[in-house]
Amino acid sequence: MMEERQIVVPGETIASGNEFLPGDGAWRDGTDVVAGRHGLADVQDKHVRVIPISGAYYPKRGNTIIGTVVDITFNGWLIDFGGAQNAFLGVSEVPRYINRNELREFLDFGESVVVKVWDVKSRGVDASMKMRGYGMIEGGMIVSISPNKVPRVIGREGSMVKMIKSATGCDVTVGQNGKVWVSGKDTDSEVATKKIIDFIAENATIVGLTERVEAFIKELGLQVSSAPAKPNDGVEVVEENTDSEENVEGDALSSVPSEEGKE
Amino acid sequence: MYLPRKAKNKMAVEGLYKKRIDGRKFDEVRPMIAKVGVVPSADGSASFETGGTKAMAVVRGPRTLHPQHMQNAQKGVLRVSYGMMPFSVWDRIRPGPSRRSEEISKVCEWALSSVVDLSGFPNTVVDVFIQVPKADAGTRVAGLNAAAMALAHAGIPMKEMLTAIAVGKADKTLLVDVDKAEEDFHDGEGATDIPLAVTSRGKEVALLQLDGKISPSELKEAIEMGKKACDDILKVQMEALKNLNGGEDNE
Repeated sequence: MMEERQIVVPGETIASGNEFLPGDGAWRDGTDVVAGRHGLADVQDKHVRVIPISGAYYPKRGNTIIGTVVDITFNGWLIDFGGAQNAFLGVSEVPRYINRNELREFLDFGESVVVKVWDVKSRGVDASMKMRGYGMIEGGMIVSISPNKVPRVIGREGSMVKMIKSATGCDVTVGQNGKVWVSGKDTDSEVATKKIIDFIAENATIVGLTERVEAFIKELGLQVSSAPAKPNDGVEVVEENTDSEENVEGDALSSVPSEEGKE
Repeated sequence: MYLPRKAKNKMAVEGLYKKRIDGRKFDEVRPMIAKVGVVPSADGSASFETGGTKAMAVVRGPRTLHPQHMQNAQKGVLRVSYGMMPFSVWDRIRPGPSRRSEEISKVCEWALSSVVDLSGFPNTVVDVFIQVPKADAGTRVAGLNAAAMALAHAGIPMKEMLTAIAVGKADKTLLVDVDKAEEDFHDGEGATDIPLAVTSRGKEVALLQLDGKISPSELKEAIEMGKKACDDILKVQMEALKNLNGGEDNE
């Protein structure tokens, strides 16, 4: 049993014994449970899994993703979110009635959306925007970061996002696929927000990130408000299964609790 | 079967190639440098250097495969492309695909597909790009070492790692990790070059090519020498993958 989570390499034995069960990213070889991908080995109650720390984004049910319409079919839209396959957003998963002949009126090619991953199948992803906080993106800019750095940008209980929002006054929506939608009153505040997000992504593995970010925000000539932000203050990130988003150093869990009230 | 040092030295003394040009032992690998995350914008990347040979590998994907008729509805497709940079050797290499590079791409693809598991990504492709910025023999094995690290770094499901080495023979002497001068050894029986790739856990041979002449018993011995050297290379690969935060750049 491992005390601390350690980085494992494919083919490396994580635990030995028939009582251990291989979970995500692990496989059994005789009595050994072996890493089936590169990542952090996690052993909990004889359940062995490997948490990803690098690589592409793999959609999970409940994730919030930001993507672009790349195709329109007769009953919905195909959305490219940087994953292996495109996400399908059906007409029925849109909060209002849409005439099937007028799909383009609602969402046209190249337009961006914030959607929820409703189902992950082997052939693709089904998306929905029926809940509050999801919808079309109008104005602002989309900042791209590595999907593995997303938990750092969100911070514990969304603290980092709240800090950015209070400092810049911008609305920040973080997609688990590494796309961050920033929208504010003026371009200057949006650019400042982008700088802060890039800074977090660059220093994602540093201990004491919050203090570093606070210092960076002051460097930009902005104020960090000490008052706690209002609950649900536009933090439109719904994250479930936060276990898998832990930082490499085993540092604080970065997550936003799932806001069931929205659904 | 691994011959004790005494017997091997005797064999070496009998042949024409008595001492390695760079002073290495006959079963010694050139100094290695492995790095992970060398290309920040890629899903996974790595570089692997042994002596005068350096290979870089970049992994992109899984992503949708076009044209559609190449897609496999049951599992993802692995696509490997190998190429040497024009300046990688003393005289220029003509850039672009050649007979040799296409063949090496294909054998590397076969070797790597024995460890990667793309059953979770139907209709997609995982692209592996191997480039050789400097070459001093053993480029395909350096490329495979880099590619295996890059695939792991990209988070692609893999049952185990892949490690590769070029073993060879100069006249009657068996050598591990041959360099260009040894590959071009003309005296006596000449040179034999055997690129070999071994899986990290099962120790199975994933790639075995042979250029030159060698007796069956010597081939067996050469493979054993190669497998032993692969253990050392694996350590270097694993160390690079475990310390990736120090060297990894961000997107």
